Amino acid sequence: MLAYIIRRVAQSALVLLVVGLAAFSMFRFVGDPVENMLGQERTAADIERLREQLGLDQNFVVQYYKFLEGAVQGNFGVSYRQGRPVAEILIERAPATLELAAVSGVLAILFGIALGVFTAIRRDGWVANGIMSASLIGVSLPTFLIGILLIYIFSVELGWLPSFGRGETVQVGNWSTGFLTSSGLKALVLPSITLGLYQMTLIMRLVRSEMLEVLRQDYIRFARARGLRSRAINFRHALKNTMVPVITVIGLQVGSIIAFAIITETVFQWPGVGLLFINAVQFVDIPVMAAYLMLISVMFVSINLIVDMLYFLIDPRLRLDRAGGH
Amino acid sequence: MSDPVLSIRNLCVEIPTRAGIVRPVDSVSYDIAAGEILGVVGESGAGKSMAGNAVIGLLNPPARIASGEIWLNGKRIDTLKGDAMRRLCGKHIGMVFQDPLTSLNPLLSIGDQLTETMLTHLDISREDARKRAIAALEEVGIPGAAERIDSYPHEFSGGMRQRVVIALALCAEPSLVIADEPTTALDVSVQAQIIALLKRLCRNRGTAVMLITHDMGVIAEAADRVAVMYAGRLAELGSVRDVLTAPRHPYTHGLMASTPLASAGQPRLHQIEGAMPRLTAIPEGCPFNPRCERAADKCRQAPAPRIVDGQAACWFPRVAEEAS
Repeated sequence: MLAYIIRRVAQSALVLLVVGLAAFSMFRFVGDPVENMLGQERTAADIERLREQLGLDQNFVVQYYKFLEGAVQGNFGVSYRQGRPVAEILIERAPATLELAAVSGVLAILFGIALGVFTAIRRDGWVANGIMSASLIGVSLPTFLIGILLIYIFSVELGWLPSFGRGETVQVGNWSTGFLTSSGLKALVLPSITLGLYQMTLIMRLVRSEMLEVLRQDYIRFARARGLRSRAINFRHALKNTMVPVITVIGLQVGSIIAFAIITETVFQWPGVGLLFINAVQFVDIPVMAAYLMLISVMFVSINLIVDMLYFLIDPRLRLDRAGGH
Repeated sequence: MSDPVLSIRNLCVEIPTRAGIVRPVDSVSYDIAAGEILGVVGESGAGKSMAGNAVIGLLNPPARIASGEIWLNGKRIDTLKGDAMRRLCGKHIGMVFQDPLTSLNPLLSIGDQLTETMLTHLDISREDARKRAIAALEEVGIPGAAERIDSYPHEFSGGMRQRVVIALALCAEPSLVIADEPTTALDVSVQAQIIALLKRLCRNRGTAVMLITHDMGVIAEAADRVAVMYAGRLAELGSVRDVLTAPRHPYTHGLMASTPLASAGQPRLHQIEGAMPRLTAIPEGCPFNPRCERAADKCRQAPAPRIVDGQAACWFPRVAEEAS
């Protein structure tokens, strides 16, 4: 098992290296930032000075090496637009996105699994059928539309919840949290529903179809023949057996919750890294874009790593196969 | 003889289909006494498993018990529903399935599955349940039961898994065990061991067994009495000795003649002409009549007679002297 973990970590590092190359390539191929930064009234000397200052005069390999060296230390250079270190800006913005993603993820997983199990067990009931039909909305409506609809209903018409921003935040060390104030919590409701709805319906539909499949298995019949209570059969026997594929998808979806936060953050003007990225794209602020790319890929890779570890906890057959080593 | 453990009376199972209602089990009656093994034989689709599933309440909808009665230890059980039926399963009726590779939950250790079953039905502590689980595994011949109790199903061979399944079926000491093709999925060399194990355990505890199989060899080895089923109906019911050595029903006779015997040097095995009718197209009269050498007009018109123990559902049964 240890060998497996080490191998997976090494693979993850390789993935990050490749993403790093892609992120870095942007510096070379996406326009010339110097043009943007200096504006119309510039002199050749100005350009030269700025190029030197930003290290853009060195050759490709040296620049890539410097980029990686910096990235490992959390140094992504200076934002072209704000003139501050990118790492500092990201640290300032990350809590907003992470809190939003965490709330959406938890909502999506809890409700997704609960509703999936419910609709599988009561598969002929009208409540379950209603939920299944309603879930089509979550799957088919685009995120921005859901966000705008929610804003229209709950902010404009009913006036219950704020339509933009994080509300009041409290600073805990370096972390600014919206969990501790009522306006912060209120502000979280609409964006997290918007962000998590698609994932929730996806998880729910997956759990349902996996559950229906598992409930047909012989070991479930045998469990019934042994007279186990239906709660034990549904949750201990059936749900656990659906978890391996479900966790795979949850892992991928949690990653995309963070990535898709861009849209939700734009709709709700949520001051997170997604909004930062969109603004950076508009200004071709490449250090910020590169750092964002790296941040997202680190999260994807770590979540996948965690998912692979969870397989071991759930399925004893993997423990044996993998421990045997290849 | 004391009252039977299981008593099935005129059991009919129906499945509504687009082509009309079919009856995979039609007017079947038999008893099983304590400590007795009743072999239920027949081809695939003869309704033998369906009858077993009806007894334990595991018919897959839309299949349902249409009429008839099932009595267990003097209590009528075919009318029980939901939780009342669940309490019966496992505690009073144990079931062994065909494929031991798929009947154990792959994600739970066998110890967990055993203790869970015992804790559901018996009023004992977790520690006691674990002790009894180890004892149960020892009883079914799992070597090193105390060490292997926390192993997972995939760490056992097919034969060992079927032993675990038997331990699970018997762990709450039911008075009836339904074994649905318990050896079909197993290696031939292991089949005899599993049958011997099932036989020994049930004899010792006085458990009644419904042994569903299509293997005449298994019947000859394990069963006390045999019920032969054909197209959902009972063809013949009697002691193993009588039915196997002097079959009265032409179908049973055909079955026996088509069973290879190591001692007899038959050049070619007998074959019953034709195939069992589909449930949607069971012929009038006796369902076996199109394939029967002895069929007469009466067989094509009147349904075969209802039978009791020691009889064949045939208008013209073979008599003992005819037996080959």
